[in-house]
Amino acid sequence: MTLDFSTLLPYTDEIVTGLVTTVWLTVVTTLIGLSLAVVVAYVRDGARENGANIVSRLLGGYVEVIRNTPFIVQLFFLFFGLPALGVPISATVAALIAMILNLAAYTAEILRAGIESTTRGQHEAARALGLSRLQRFRHVVLVPAFSRVYPSLISQCIIVMLGSAVVSQISVFDLTYAANFIQSRNFRGFEVYLVVTAIYLLLAIGLRLLFEAVGRRLFAFRQGGSA
Amino acid sequence: MTDFTTWDIVRNLLLAARWTVVLSLIAFVGGAIVGLVLTLLRMGGLRPIRWLVRGYVDLFQGTPLLMQLFLAYFGAAALGFDVSAWTAASVALTLFTSAFLCDIWRGCVEAVPSGQWQAARVLGLNYLQSMRHVILPQALRLAVPPTVGFSVQVVKGTALASVIGFVELTKAGTMLNNATFEPFTIFTFVALGYFILCYPLSRYARYLERRLYGAGIR
Repeated sequence: MTLDFSTLLPYTDEIVTGLVTTVWLTVVTTLIGLSLAVVVAYVRDGARENGANIVSRLLGGYVEVIRNTPFIVQLFFLFFGLPALGVPISATVAALIAMILNLAAYTAEILRAGIESTTRGQHEAARALGLSRLQRFRHVVLVPAFSRVYPSLISQCIIVMLGSAVVSQISVFDLTYAANFIQSRNFRGFEVYLVVTAIYLLLAIGLRLLFEAVGRRLFAFRQGGSA
Repeated sequence: MTDFTTWDIVRNLLLAARWTVVLSLIAFVGGAIVGLVLTLLRMGGLRPIRWLVRGYVDLFQGTPLLMQLFLAYFGAAALGFDVSAWTAASVALTLFTSAFLCDIWRGCVEAVPSGQWQAARVLGLNYLQSMRHVILPQALRLAVPPTVGFSVQVVKGTALASVIGFVELTKAGTMLNNATFEPFTIFTFVALGYFILCYPLSRYARYLERRLYGAGIR
């Protein structure tokens, strides 16, 4: 067997199109998913102080359902299930919603672990200073928790980026879809998948470096050595 | 077209779920064996081997599992082997699992205080003896909760084998969907199937973790 990568050259456009889709899906998912996770963490943190209510229980159920079912099933459920219930949904929108819900559930759980390790004394001190619940959550709970679990958050965002390869299965033109498309034209499956796998690896490395750079800026206050 | 009752759907899904369980077991047991060897190699003294293992782990953690499955399936074909979806899925999932377990277990071995190593070496134990009698028993205690936790990822990972034509729970779901056009019912049941498999494992992992660290936190 000989590997022949030159057969891929005519398909550069497809690969670029797929790459762009994978990147923008990941960026939008990261921004919205993390915001959503913060909201979920806020509600569940409140429930920890004041006792569980319906909303916090529903959110807990949502987190467990997402974490204990495969992403591809969540995707099929949205893409095939919602139209059957009379809610039309495009493949791209289904992919985006599935990715956001997935990332939010995992990162909400990661944030919860970070929040639970905030000591009670800090809560009490913040309360004694007269900070409102939102102020306490923001300054005393969230930011330290966020900086503490930041490495896990990075990993989770990368996992979701890699997991997004599955959206090709509902015909979203992402990087994997491009690979399948090219494979069906030039019958050089191995070469195509090798190249695209390498692109994913570079994306993962790039994403990690980017997140780490952002983290150094965001959590510059920790460099002082106090935390 | 034949009519499918809800029971027909559930029955077919249950039959297919067997293969999800079998594939999960193959991947987990195979991955644990390969992962253990990799962990020992990585903790050993030889630098080139340590780097190789690290590259292996980064490679599998930094690429989509779906691509790994495609490569196992099409790669074997390109190399002239005629592999079934069974073989390709088993191999890809085993390697995937081994990389993650190797990473988890390395963390556990490193979490054993270095004084334990030094004491073992002072007592005249060699590398393997220190590992076996001093380090691994302590690391094992730390390793159980995250290992059980990762088994959930393995079960969910098997769903991707459906893409290369392996008929397990998810593939059975899409096939039934094509025959019945009842996606909402079917994928609810499919999701429920995974949930029933995974949720107890998740809960057990959390319980083990609490038991291990419970006293220490607050």
